[in-house]
Amino acid sequence: MILNWKIGGLLLGLVFFLAVLLVKPIGVSTQFVILDGIIGNAVNAELVTKTDEGYTSTNAYLAKSKGKYAKSVVNPMNYSFVFVLAMMGGAFISTMARGGLSREERTMPALWRANFGDNPMTRYLVAFLGGFIVLYGARLAGGCTSGHMMSGMMQSALSGYIFAAGAFLAAIPVARIMFKKEARL
Amino acid sequence: MSQLLLAIVIGGAFGAVLDRVGATNPNWIGRMLSLTNLALMKTILLAIGTGAVLMFAGQMLGLVDVGHMSVKAAYAGVFIGGLLLGTGWAISGFCPGTGVCAAAAGRKDAIFFIAGGLLGAAAYMVTYPAWKASGLLDSIAGGKVTLGTVPGSKFDGLMDLPGDVVGLVLGLGFIVIAFALPDRLAGRDVSDSSSSIHDAKLSND
Repeated sequence: MILNWKIGGLLLGLVFFLAVLLVKPIGVSTQFVILDGIIGNAVNAELVTKTDEGYTSTNAYLAKSKGKYAKSVVNPMNYSFVFVLAMMGGAFISTMARGGLSREERTMPALWRANFGDNPMTRYLVAFLGGFIVLYGARLAGGCTSGHMMSGMMQSALSGYIFAAGAFLAAIPVARIMFKKEARL
Repeated sequence: MSQLLLAIVIGGAFGAVLDRVGATNPNWIGRMLSLTNLALMKTILLAIGTGAVLMFAGQMLGLVDVGHMSVKAAYAGVFIGGLLLGTGWAISGFCPGTGVCAAAAGRKDAIFFIAGGLLGAAAYMVTYPAWKASGLLDSIAGGKVTLGTVPGSKFDGLMDLPGDVVGLVLGLGFIVIAFALPDRLAGRDVSDSSSSIHDAKLSND
């Protein structure tokens, strides 16, 4: 069972506030680029190179903003990357503390099963495709649900509102079409 | 070093709370986006409101460093990217942060989401020069702006209004919407998912 929204919302808001009070607003999707860079740089050591001023890359995206991303690729033990690893740790501990997920849920969510049957391959393929679109979109937008929508709107950033409008304008019709059957709570 | 400690503490708390509010569970994302259960929507709205009120009230009282704000640029690609993210979010039930948390919690489909995400991010890295050349990444309406002008902030305001007051009022607005939003906007209660023979058509009551 999930927390009552009044308690859950307050706790979630508190975490976003603590982040901006102590360090900076929360964001996640950039770290997919950093991990890609780490993998790419391991395969081809020429991807990220040191310069007099810092780091640069043969990839224009990693090299932009004076090699900000290139620097993180070379130094993954930075705040934002460790933050995402810690998120995973926190979610793992929290899930285990409430007894973990059922075998069925670990394969696919009940809502998916109710609408599309229980072939895991179909679900995995769609999850893969969804991941591709989500991260391509997030990088095009310059942020994701946490960075743009939550942190952005919290700071009254214009970009956060533009992003949220686009995200819900697409997400609601797609979900309405896909999930016509409801699953047990 | 203390930065990494903060990353572990705040990141860990974020992951745990995302789990407890249901955000890492694609069932709750699907219910929210298909408007059949808005509990998570109310959670998110209350969270944005709470964060905004605490931050802007804290700034007004001089307790919160305005310099910690980080505003992203507005450009046409933000909207296009939002449309794409929304589509993928709906079909998979994951977004970047909740996807990694769900994988850590043991969801196998989330691992496929992450793999697809890494490929999608790599595809953007490769196609970035084309987007850059298209002009769709050029700033609009001042780029990195807040709606009002926040005192002491390095970011400009879209409007010549006191940004901390605007932010505080918007934050309260999010909280009001969270309370005003009904539990659901579509569909009806279903007691058992195993009875998949039930009418798939949703009534709009």
